[in-house]
Amino acid sequence: MLGKLTWQAIPFDQPIPLAASALVALAMCAVLVWVAVKGYVPYLWREWITSVDHKRIGVMYCLLALVMLLRGFIDALMMRSQQALAFHAAGYLPPEHYDQIFSAHGTIMIFFVAMPFVIGLMNFAVPLQLGIRDVAFPTMNSVSFWLTAAGALLVCISLIIGEFARTGWLPYPPLSELAYSPGVGVDYYLVALQISGVGTLMTGINFVTTILKMRAPGMRYTRMPIFCWTSLAANLLIVAAFPILTATLAMLLLDRYFGFHFFTNEAGGSPMMFVNLIWAWGHPEVYILILPAFGVFSEVTSTFSGKPLFGYRSMVIATMAICLLSFTVWLHHFFTMGAGADVNGFFGIMSMIIAVPTGVKIFNWLFTMYRGRIRLTSTMLWVIGFIVTFVIGGMTGVLLAVPPADFVLHNSLFLVAHFHNVVIGGVLFGAFAGSAYWFPKAFGFTLDERLGKAAFWFWFVGFYVAFMPLYVLGILGMTRRMQHFDQPEWRPWVLIAGLGALLILCGIALQITQLLVSIRTREQRRDTAGDPWDGRTLEWSTASPPPSFNFAVLPQVTQVDSYWGVKVKAREARRLADEPEYESIEVPRHSATGFITAFFATATGFAMIWHIWWLVALGLVGAYATFVVFAWRDVSETRIPAAAVARIDRANRAARAHALQGGHA
Amino acid sequence: MSAAMHANEEPVSAAKGHGEGGPADRRIIVGYGFWIFLLSDVIMFASLFAAFAVLSNATSGGPSGRELFDLRTVAVETGCLLASSFVCGMASLAVQQRSQKWTQIALLCTGLLGLTFILLEIHEFARLVARGAGPTRSAFLSSFFTLVGCHGLHVTAGLLWLGTMMAQFWAKGFRQTIRYRFLCFSLFWHALDIIWVAIFSLVYLVGVSS
Repeated sequence: MLGKLTWQAIPFDQPIPLAASALVALAMCAVLVWVAVKGYVPYLWREWITSVDHKRIGVMYCLLALVMLLRGFIDALMMRSQQALAFHAAGYLPPEHYDQIFSAHGTIMIFFVAMPFVIGLMNFAVPLQLGIRDVAFPTMNSVSFWLTAAGALLVCISLIIGEFARTGWLPYPPLSELAYSPGVGVDYYLVALQISGVGTLMTGINFVTTILKMRAPGMRYTRMPIFCWTSLAANLLIVAAFPILTATLAMLLLDRYFGFHFFTNEAGGSPMMFVNLIWAWGHPEVYILILPAFGVFSEVTSTFSGKPLFGYRSMVIATMAICLLSFTVWLHHFFTMGAGADVNGFFGIMSMIIAVPTGVKIFNWLFTMYRGRIRLTSTMLWVIGFIVTFVIGGMTGVLLAVPPADFVLHNSLFLVAHFHNVVIGGVLFGAFAGSAYWFPKAFGFTLDERLGKAAFWFWFVGFYVAFMPLYVLGILGMTRRMQHFDQPEWRPWVLIAGLGALLILCGIALQITQLLVSIRTREQRRDTAGDPWDGRTLEWSTASPPPSFNFAVLPQVTQVDSYWGVKVKAREARRLADEPEYESIEVPRHSATGFITAFFATATGFAMIWHIWWLVALGLVGAYATFVVFAWRDVSETRIPAAAVARIDRANRAARAHALQGGHA
Repeated sequence: MSAAMHANEEPVSAAKGHGEGGPADRRIIVGYGFWIFLLSDVIMFASLFAAFAVLSNATSGGPSGRELFDLRTVAVETGCLLASSFVCGMASLAVQQRSQKWTQIALLCTGLLGLTFILLEIHEFARLVARGAGPTRSAFLSSFFTLVGCHGLHVTAGLLWLGTMMAQFWAKGFRQTIRYRFLCFSLFWHALDIIWVAIFSLVYLVGVSS
């Protein structure tokens, strides 16, 4: 009846996961009870869970990323504390548990923190920057989000029911084959990633279509905000790379579930084929994450330097060059495969070449700041922190691109230091910069600056204290994923790295405080006019938070930094442009399709992991039924009457006119 | 087809989505998005083709394609699928003429030909498994069954979709949103043909000759 699922799946003998999940379950119950008692359920259901509004979906993506960031960071703290204790000792985490923790940490941070964070920012900002009312396929967008959430949920369930993979964040065979990983850990990994991967692929399709086919009148490619360009590149990469992940994980699933021989040691299987295929997805994935972050840095630098972005066209060309080149470097993840000098030489050189467009970008940001009137807000601090950190990470990357050096350093903590250097310093700093930048647009009030700056400094210093020692440790010969060690010369560096993790913990605590304090004091920090940073792109031309239809009238675009042009004219004339003629607007209706699809996906996934075949069948039938019900609906849009549009837009125009008279907009 | 013929139609925007004139017409957006999906699907098949290419000689002492493949069955399968695509094109014409009868007949024929293809494929798979040449026999057979089976799964999903399409036309008529969905379906059905042509040439023809 329940397949492989028995009471033994719950780790009663392991206090840490048991206590942790009990705590989480308790907290979740408390939140649910609080929501129910306060009567928020209908509101949440109508306005958030079933919302197909790209802004709401974007906010939910970011929220998911933040929650999972906490989970992934707790894993990081456990690893650091284990290594701090496990010198000539066993530490407090047995190997089979420690292995699950580093696997979960990597999986969560990439797939359920970095991905949802950048996708959330794209969701929120891209349609606003393009000057349109929603993405191409709003209901599919909601399905994407909920499938991502379903994947995250399955990973979290593995904490208490069964186990997670012990194979690292990419389950290399033959270790991940049934013979060597007989438990459900790898199955949790595979199923969770297949479900969230489908969601990501749909996001890619949605955004490529949106950006290429749905821009405001007059917005040619050469007038698109740079964040839209980098989002386009990232989503093209999603469309081109994620199918490879789906196929590769499907092959491993077939090996494990039906005894196929894609990657086994027996019957002609080829484990190295997995490694090739997974990195053919995995390296573009790195750029899927970093390119949108580059876009954020470009927008922020330009806005807070009060200047147009330096070298707009070179930035676009560099972005698209990275987009193409990202498919030509995957082999540098395993120079030691033995492909021979020619092949290694090619991929080594390509890996160095891809650093060139990235260098172009760095100079563009520096020249944007040069002679600009820089406002050193917390948002801008993240950018400067990024530039410094990313240059170091980039240089160690070029070092690793040299095959002989890589032969020495691969699989060591040098590598771990390198990719944290670029992912934290690049993607995460970018996500933080982006969320501070667009927060007032999303919620109508700004975040507390003092706490924001304090959080930045703890993150920034904490990052260096936590990861620079890992470079040293790598050169001293310490390999990654060590449960214990007995080399005395490693010990001090390991302890310093642990201290760094604690500093980052302070940074995270400050960020949470910042959020709470800002919400409590929101009345003092209202963004009434909708343009708190003196922005340049179209999202700042509408109210904060924007109405469900974003723009009362689609803006006419005549230049890059489209809103800046409008604003300059308004300032010269000392008045806003004439009031437009308002018409009624059709917006897509909210839909439970996404939520219900994710419900069935979670049920099917869970059933697959535990071999509960009747539930698999039931879940698939449910998903098909959801599809049919969605296809059958008669009304897909609601009409907002012209009078309501006019009322909402006039209120915003009044606030803007007031700001204009007050001397600043 | 003239959109103006029907009073319930939305006005068609002239914009093509190139920046001038604002967002493109809904039909273009839907078709374009589906093309992007098809491209991603083709990439997934490309990964499976790559795996097949790598493993095609890894027979592990078991049978090779030359001993296993029966080109006659494959030829009939190919015929069914190509004919099915042709009839699907006829269905598009019937939809343009707003002819419920011919739409349903053409779609039914499309589905029956697709079903024949699937049944032949299942028969072929069963024959191989009975000979001890199932997917667990060797890496070559694993990749063969996965590549061809994945195409078969696509056709099966297409048949489900086709049934839903017929029901929608029947129950709701030639509504704009349903015509757009049918546009996507026919793109999907033709794309499966293209992938089958690649399977037929690279898997079967090359497999028999090498």
